[in-house]
Amino acid sequence: MATRLQFENNNEVGVFANLTSAYALVALGGSENFYSVFEAELSEHIPVVKTSIAGTRLTGRITVGNKNGLLLPNTTTDQELMHLRNSLPDEVVVQRIDERLNSLGNCIACNDYVALVHPDIDKETEELVADVLGVEVFRQSIAGNTLVGSYCVFTNQGGLVAPNVSVEDLDELSSLLQVPLVAGTVNRGSDVVGAGMVANDWAAFCGWDTTATELSVIESVFKLRDSKPSNIVNEMRASLIDTLA
Amino acid sequence: MDFAGRPAGPIATFTPQHTPGHVLCCLCGVSISPNPSNMCVNCIRSQVDITEGLQKQVSILWCKECGRYLQPPKHWVRADLESKELLTFCIKRLKGLQKVKLVDAGFIWTEPHSRRLKVKLTIQAEVMNGAILQQTFVVEYVVEPHMCMDCTRANTNSNVWTACVQVRQHTGHKRTFFYLEQLILKYDVDQQCISIKDMYEGVDFFFSNRAHALKFIDFVQNHVPIRYRHDKQLVSHNEHASTYNYKYTFSTEIVPICRDDLVCLPPKAAAALGGFGPLALCTRVSNTLTLTDTQTLRSVQVDANTYWRYPYRPVMTSRQLVEFVVLDAEPVSASQNASRNSRFVLADVLVAKASDFGRNDRTFFVRTHLGHLLHPGDSALGYDMSTANTVDPELDAAVAKGLVIPDIILVRKSYEEKRRRRKARGEQRPWKLKRMAIELEEEPGTSGRGRDARNAPRHEQDLERFMQELEEDPEMRAKMALYRDPAYDPVAEAERRAAAMTDDEEGDVPEVPLEELLDDLAGLQLEEDEQPGAQQHAGNMQHPGTQY
Repeated sequence: MATRLQFENNNEVGVFANLTSAYALVALGGSENFYSVFEAELSEHIPVVKTSIAGTRLTGRITVGNKNGLLLPNTTTDQELMHLRNSLPDEVVVQRIDERLNSLGNCIACNDYVALVHPDIDKETEELVADVLGVEVFRQSIAGNTLVGSYCVFTNQGGLVAPNVSVEDLDELSSLLQVPLVAGTVNRGSDVVGAGMVANDWAAFCGWDTTATELSVIESVFKLRDSKPSNIVNEMRASLIDTLA
Repeated sequence: MDFAGRPAGPIATFTPQHTPGHVLCCLCGVSISPNPSNMCVNCIRSQVDITEGLQKQVSILWCKECGRYLQPPKHWVRADLESKELLTFCIKRLKGLQKVKLVDAGFIWTEPHSRRLKVKLTIQAEVMNGAILQQTFVVEYVVEPHMCMDCTRANTNSNVWTACVQVRQHTGHKRTFFYLEQLILKYDVDQQCISIKDMYEGVDFFFSNRAHALKFIDFVQNHVPIRYRHDKQLVSHNEHASTYNYKYTFSTEIVPICRDDLVCLPPKAAAALGGFGPLALCTRVSNTLTLTDTQTLRSVQVDANTYWRYPYRPVMTSRQLVEFVVLDAEPVSASQNASRNSRFVLADVLVAKASDFGRNDRTFFVRTHLGHLLHPGDSALGYDMSTANTVDPELDAAVAKGLVIPDIILVRKSYEEKRRRRKARGEQRPWKLKRMAIELEEEPGTSGRGRDARNAPRHEQDLERFMQELEEDPEMRAKMALYRDPAYDPVAEAERRAAAMTDDEEGDVPEVPLEELLDDLAGLQLEEDEQPGAQQHAGNMQHPGTQY
């Protein structure tokens, strides 16, 4: 299910939260509203961590991660790093990286297997992304926009790309990522989809302004219709049995 | 790709193909090509109204009397319905149009009496991060009647004038004013006139505007020699705005010398004209006087300035003309004639007073400028100086200096007798003149209108003489418009004339050729309506008021 919510009257939920299949990071807000929505949806399955990054609330935009790891900008304080290491599961590698383009969430988009990065990003960072997140890394731009993290959001199930992408670009991205992609919008026609929503394999959160049409596009492409965490286990079991048989 | 088949040529660069994708409209889910707001046009329309800040109903003020519209703060513009000017005016009156881009505007037809104007406007505006939306809407203008200041003033006191031109000529007759009247009518100079009043020795013209009066004086100045002075009277003034409201009076005096008048120039004037005269006959009046010395045929032009420098009065006027009969006429030698004025021919004529016929045998031997006109047996009009009782200091001074006054000065050929006979036969003029609507001077206290009653026959005489002058002088005729008299029947007139010719040898009375006459428009219409054929057509017409 996709959920609509606001962070202190702001629709750009992707700015204030980072969601993966293994954990969720949520910015510290003036009230508990934002956090409690995440907690209600996710707390049964994954830890939801309230944190600031480098003293700011822009948690979603300056961090990037998947179930394997979490990358933080070099402005992150030691205290925040310690807090995250303590809160996240042990399997998740938390790493602070020295990168000039330190808004990592805007420059990197990833799921558990593939990552798209800003074309100008450092070689070392690219290697770190591959090592820490355990993904294959592609330098890409989306419809001329180099901020791949802002203009697309994708999970292991599917992805949403900014609307002005040509059909050929969409096909190319789709074959790179090996997931179905669709061009769409969030927040009543906003094309910065990365900032407007967060998603993992079974849940998605988007801004309060997102219309029913947009929501239905999101739910269908991220396959959220009747998804719950146990479905993945069932599927895996079925395929295991299939291969063993 | 089949590269083998390609001819060896310049290497083509690879250009990636871009097929624009489609997204769903964020509101209705219709597949659209992406745009800045990512909404379909219909959804944008339903979401935003670019005509929001614009008035949909505007009231405009309109003066019922003069049909003008108020352009605030106080300018009134004239515009026809559905005209370009009215559209401009309407668009100007709409507030908030600066924020959007106007693409098209036009009137929607409304019933003229509905006091509503409908204007269809198409505007463009930028909405929702950069999408440009075009929208068409209708603005209704309510036309509210509101009388403008000019009309209010005109209605409260209809003959309020701000400028008055008092035209005066101190002569015993009004022929100059008949002449002016015809000129004014021909050139439509009286359009701006509020009223025209007949006064003693002149006419007053009233105007609502000083500029109109000045324009009128300019016109008069171009046709008769005048001098004028202007005065103003303060009616009201606003000391805060320092605006003054004046009534202007232009006192205009026409030179009191008319055609056929005999003048004696004062010595200075004569000297200024090169020793001319001093006894001279006025032979023509335009914006200058033409004075002719009948004894030498010398003629000079005297303009108004020159005249007013040394003004003089006529010694004899046309009222004192006496009829003479020409007994013999002989042009003087060519050498004396050839030198000057080609309009006249100098001649020696033997004349006798018409009144002397049957009484005595007194004849006069006269030198005259009318040699080209006079033949033995003709009658002529002239001044009998031998018996005239003149009161003119200039003349007395000139005589004292040795001027010899000729006994008789012939002025013009006379057709009086023939005209009289013609009139007795009932012949009439085939033409008539238009007249201006002139109010008569009102004299308080004189109920019987003593002076007017006395003046009536004289007025008729003056008019008759003016018309005769027109007949005699084609140059003067060319300056004004003569109209065909609808009552004149050329066929009957020709028959009557043919009958008269048998017993009368006359035929040289000057007349206005019929082809010079204009058809009176009003007269024409009247005639057509009376024709039986026209009546038939009139029955088929839908609008009885339409002319065809």
